[in-house]
Amino acid sequence: MTSPASVRPGPAPGRTTERRRTPAYVRRDAWTGYLFIAPQLLGIILFVLVPLGLIVYYSFHEWNVLADTFTFVGLENVEKLFNDPDLVPVLRATAVFSLGLVVFNLSLALLLAVLLNRKWRGITAFRTLFFSPVVISLVAWTIVWGFLLQNDGGINGLLSLLGVDGPNWLREGWGAMLAVIVVQVFKNVGLNMVLFLSALQGVPGELYEAARIDGASNRRLFTSITLPLISPMIMLTSIITIVGSLQVYALVAVLTQGGPGISTTVLVYYLVQQSFDFHAFGYGSTLAVLLFLIVLVLTIVQWQLRKRWVFYEN
Amino acid sequence: MRTESNSAPAVALAPGTGGANSPGIAPGAARSRGPGANHTPRWRKIVFFAALSLLAIPFVMPTWWMITSSLKPVSEIFAFPPSLWPTEATFAAYADAFTLQPFVRQYFNSVYIAAFVTLGTMLISAMAGYAFARIKFRGQNVLFLVVLIGLLIPSEVTIVPLFQMFNSWGMVDTHWPLLLATTFGAPSVLATFIMRQFFITLPVELEEAARLDGLGRWRIWRLIAMPLARTAMAAVAIFTFQHVWNLYLEPTVFLQTPELFTLPQALTRYTDAYGGAMWNVQLAAATMTVIPVLVIFALAQRQFIEGLAQTGLKG
Repeated sequence: MTSPASVRPGPAPGRTTERRRTPAYVRRDAWTGYLFIAPQLLGIILFVLVPLGLIVYYSFHEWNVLADTFTFVGLENVEKLFNDPDLVPVLRATAVFSLGLVVFNLSLALLLAVLLNRKWRGITAFRTLFFSPVVISLVAWTIVWGFLLQNDGGINGLLSLLGVDGPNWLREGWGAMLAVIVVQVFKNVGLNMVLFLSALQGVPGELYEAARIDGASNRRLFTSITLPLISPMIMLTSIITIVGSLQVYALVAVLTQGGPGISTTVLVYYLVQQSFDFHAFGYGSTLAVLLFLIVLVLTIVQWQLRKRWVFYEN
Repeated sequence: MRTESNSAPAVALAPGTGGANSPGIAPGAARSRGPGANHTPRWRKIVFFAALSLLAIPFVMPTWWMITSSLKPVSEIFAFPPSLWPTEATFAAYADAFTLQPFVRQYFNSVYIAAFVTLGTMLISAMAGYAFARIKFRGQNVLFLVVLIGLLIPSEVTIVPLFQMFNSWGMVDTHWPLLLATTFGAPSVLATFIMRQFFITLPVELEEAARLDGLGRWRIWRLIAMPLARTAMAAVAIFTFQHVWNLYLEPTVFLQTPELFTLPQALTRYTDAYGGAMWNVQLAAATMTVIPVLVIFALAQRQFIEGLAQTGLKG
């Protein structure tokens, strides 16, 4: 009864040895834990979960802000969504943008990382150069590219020096989409490059030496050792890049305003346009639910795929 | 990619240089053991660096063009063939940037909002990340999943209800939505995730030793864990600052008064009476937005890239 352990608060004085292993600080700890996560948790509840519930609620309503009407319409917005002639072009633009961005971004990032993964004098300077657009304000970057890509802008000026007559990039369908993708890739590829560099440097050099002794070619070294070993990082960067690509708003808003026509109107841009330009908050919320579902599905799919093609050392 | 015979493309690294301890950002210092690092002929290096320089053009040229064009007189901006250097530099566009909009005020807005959100995010993500990694409490996993939802949801999805919420609180056309929703909402979740990943890697013995010395949880966090978390905190600071400094949709939705604008929002508002862009003024203002960040980056780039690289490794 009066063993030292039972001095600690709490019933069950009999199980002395076990009491000693779960001292009082563990219970105080739990409170500290709740206290530590409280700001983040409350923030998520208030600024993410509540709004998430609200968009579902809003999406069942017809909400005209200008006329100040808010009426329950059930699934009419979903019906409107399926009958929206712009939906297919918007989804196609979104898919083309995301796919183009991911393919171009990841392959360029990997190429740069492989090129820059050596210890020569001067390499660091180049790493800095390729990374520098990441720290430049996106809108500033986009404004400059918009300036360069105009019909009489710098890009076509340079092309004409080579005797090529450049297209009016931002006013022609495929040119505008290409421009949006390219501008975004050069802005952010440095981030993925750095992540790939760190992954490459985690690959043990012994593996290459052993393989080289066995007569493996450089290409073979790359496909059989490098790629599998950095596959977790490829996974991580592809998730970040795909989910990120679905959120690209400022770039489209500043560079093309969704045009020409609606050829660069991606889903995010369309939902903001419907909500804040056309004041259709109900329909905008329906589009937001759609965007959320797409992100959710993509994340789950990628998570499942991870088991298939990602190689983990242990 | 022409380094055929003597080095694998990915691996001109000497053995043993890998791993978390050598982020590999350290310059030069030729290693003697690497088969590729040393015996590369000089001409091959020259070809290699020439190719790199070509590749670097689209990364460097826009910034160059922005700075030089902002110094050109309007007549020269669209000169043909384009000039890489202003024939006679003028700061007229810079002066206009300040007279057409309350640019100083907008600059201050961006700086203080970025500072508040970055410091706030560093604090709450360090606390939450630590708790999720090292403290045991009931419901931990469920609560972590709840927080992770924030990673999954683009802030564009919730912008409409957020606008309504802040509107009903009378906070539209103030900075409160930018400060609160950014610091505590979805944007800070990535930071919490990074911090959790970092704190998981700390050895248990450290904390047990501190416990024996009589330190409580709060002081263990503050005196033992936090000082070790420098690189992770640097990464969080960079990510967060970048994010806030670049915010565009939120300010556009929440702010209407030019005095309250942030820089990205202000940059797009240098237009003439017909809505056409005033290119020279836009470029001058953009240059002023970019230069301080570039200077800070140039001074601290090693920490920037190392912090990111190490975090990526553990993510």
